Amino acid sequence: MDMANKDATGLLAALAAGIRTGGVEVVDLTHTLSPDFPVMVLPPELGQCQPFRIEEVSRYDERGPGWYWNNISMSEHAGTHFDAPAHWISGRNLPQGTVDELPFDRLIAPAVVLDFSAESRADEDFLLTRGHIEAWEAENGRIEPGSWALFRTDWSKHLGTAKYLNLREDGAHSPGPDASAMEFLVKERGIIGFGTETIGTDCGQGNHMSPPYPAHFILHGNGRYGLQCLAALDRLPARGAIVFAAPLKILHGSGSPLRVFALVPAGMGKE
Amino acid sequence: MTEPIARPPKKDPQKVTRPPELPPVQRSRAALAMSAAAARGVFALQRCAACGEIAYPPRDACPKCLSQQLAFEPVADGGEVIAETIIRTSTDLYFRQRTPWRIGTVRLDCGPSVVAHLHGDVTAPSRVRMVSKLDKSGNAVLMALPERETENMADDPELRELTASPKFRRVLLTDGRGAVGQAVAAALSKAGASIVFVGIAEPWKPFPGQEQLAAIPNVQIMELDLTDTISVRELSGEIGGKTDIIVNTADHVRPGGLLAQGNLVTARDSFDVNVFGLQRLAQAFGPGMRARGADGTNSAAAFVDILPVYALANTPDFGFYSASAAARHSLLQCLRAELRPGGVRVMSIFTGPVEDDWRQHVPPPKVSPGKIAEAVIAALNGGIEESFVGDVAKDIAARFLDNPKVLERELGL
Repeated sequence: MDMANKDATGLLAALAAGIRTGGVEVVDLTHTLSPDFPVMVLPPELGQCQPFRIEEVSRYDERGPGWYWNNISMSEHAGTHFDAPAHWISGRNLPQGTVDELPFDRLIAPAVVLDFSAESRADEDFLLTRGHIEAWEAENGRIEPGSWALFRTDWSKHLGTAKYLNLREDGAHSPGPDASAMEFLVKERGIIGFGTETIGTDCGQGNHMSPPYPAHFILHGNGRYGLQCLAALDRLPARGAIVFAAPLKILHGSGSPLRVFALVPAGMGKE
Repeated sequence: MTEPIARPPKKDPQKVTRPPELPPVQRSRAALAMSAAAARGVFALQRCAACGEIAYPPRDACPKCLSQQLAFEPVADGGEVIAETIIRTSTDLYFRQRTPWRIGTVRLDCGPSVVAHLHGDVTAPSRVRMVSKLDKSGNAVLMALPERETENMADDPELRELTASPKFRRVLLTDGRGAVGQAVAAALSKAGASIVFVGIAEPWKPFPGQEQLAAIPNVQIMELDLTDTISVRELSGEIGGKTDIIVNTADHVRPGGLLAQGNLVTARDSFDVNVFGLQRLAQAFGPGMRARGADGTNSAAAFVDILPVYALANTPDFGFYSASAAARHSLLQCLRAELRPGGVRVMSIFTGPVEDDWRQHVPPPKVSPGKIAEAVIAALNGGIEESFVGDVAKDIAARFLDNPKVLERELGL
């Protein structure tokens, strides 16, 4: 066993001990997949995203006396889910753009949490700009390459109410980033991806921005990922969390529902 | 004058629910043809093509000239009651539960004298108007009604056995998002339904007419998504024991033929609402309704489905939608047989193209939601199993009866 291996062994043993003894806290960032979880709303003449559905196959009954199981069906983009680069036209020609081909080392990465929950509470159409992120960095330090940038809005707390999608005749209203924020995070900070609590990585009115859906367009056009419908971002520290986000290995898949969780040093997470 | 029925008291939890019994079920094939006419609300008897004799009861040969050329056709509905009988006891389980029961002999203007049920407002002797309606077994029976409308006429207990009147009944309407659902909800409320539960899927999506719908008297908005088995089960767990009538207004419409559409996702969505939605609804609510077919004034009475007339023959501009409608029609036939033991009627309301967003490119005539609502109420009040709403639906039905293969070619041109 060489030195590096020895170090890694110690590291993993320390991690396991940390999780066991409570020094490292595991925070679930995932909502329960349920049939009433909303999905993206698009004009009805377009192809539609199928919400999560569950059909019981048997439950210790005449259909299967000793066992319980279900068949499930859903869009790749239902519930708490991962967007791969191939999800967007801007990322259609990139290598390793689908979930079955993701580089394995990207599935576990550090995360920064950009807390703009107060701004989002005050303004349902709050737009995160480059200026906001620079101000955040002035306070919290520079965002390191290879990090997830998680955009905290506390929007997940609206789940179960009409406010979550906040649909009106002129479309949805929820916070999101503008193009300057995404250009900055992707090109100048080298983030691995961008995560939100809302139904998409873009704001509710994303279709009316330039480029349309700037988060999708810029992230995926540069081979980066999206995480949406996240929960419990209010339990993560601004820095120091490690996020585990491994989508299902779907052949040529554009994304997938997944279990996302974070490891945080105990006591550092907010309550 | 008929005594108006009173609002039924709340159910006594200590009493056994009266099991549904049926009037005699077996009929000859000839008699079933009379039921088929009654299913569409037509008073039809056999006329002999050879000698012109009107025959009743239905038979295989003319009682006058023995010709076998007997065909059902609409006949004059006038007559005169010449005798009446009150049945006070019976060995038949169905009538035993419902005595005293009045019947009478009626000399029909078109020829034969018949034994018929007598409406309470009919005196003997008197002129009457005859109707042929389906009883709880789904068989045509004759009933003599007063020649002119009387007060509370629909509340007559013998007549009410032959209808599925919404008065004092609790109705579940499955989809209130569209104009059809909203028009039917308003009509049911006006027709005296004591509660109209209106299903709304994905309540976080606002929709036009939302406030007006909620403001209709006796309307209660319920969360219901026919594509979600859990949602349907949960609602049946909540209101399944007091759902007397279901009106399925859910309909997933998309234009496109089999090749043009090329979209399995949309096709599957259509089947999920139109076919499997109907299945989820029937499986969650059907058994409970079938058990409550004789549960007093607000017994379970009818399962109504509103579907496009292209269930009978495919219109290629809505090819996949037509296919889902055909499957739906087939399942309604199955459900009709499965609910009959409970005396619960399955009513199909076939419509022509509805005036809505999905059929903007379809030339008129189109059916307004109000007309569909009228047809639903008429079907319930008349006990009519198959209704055709709008000129297109009536025309397609007539052409289908005449020759389905010719109709296929006509629609495919």
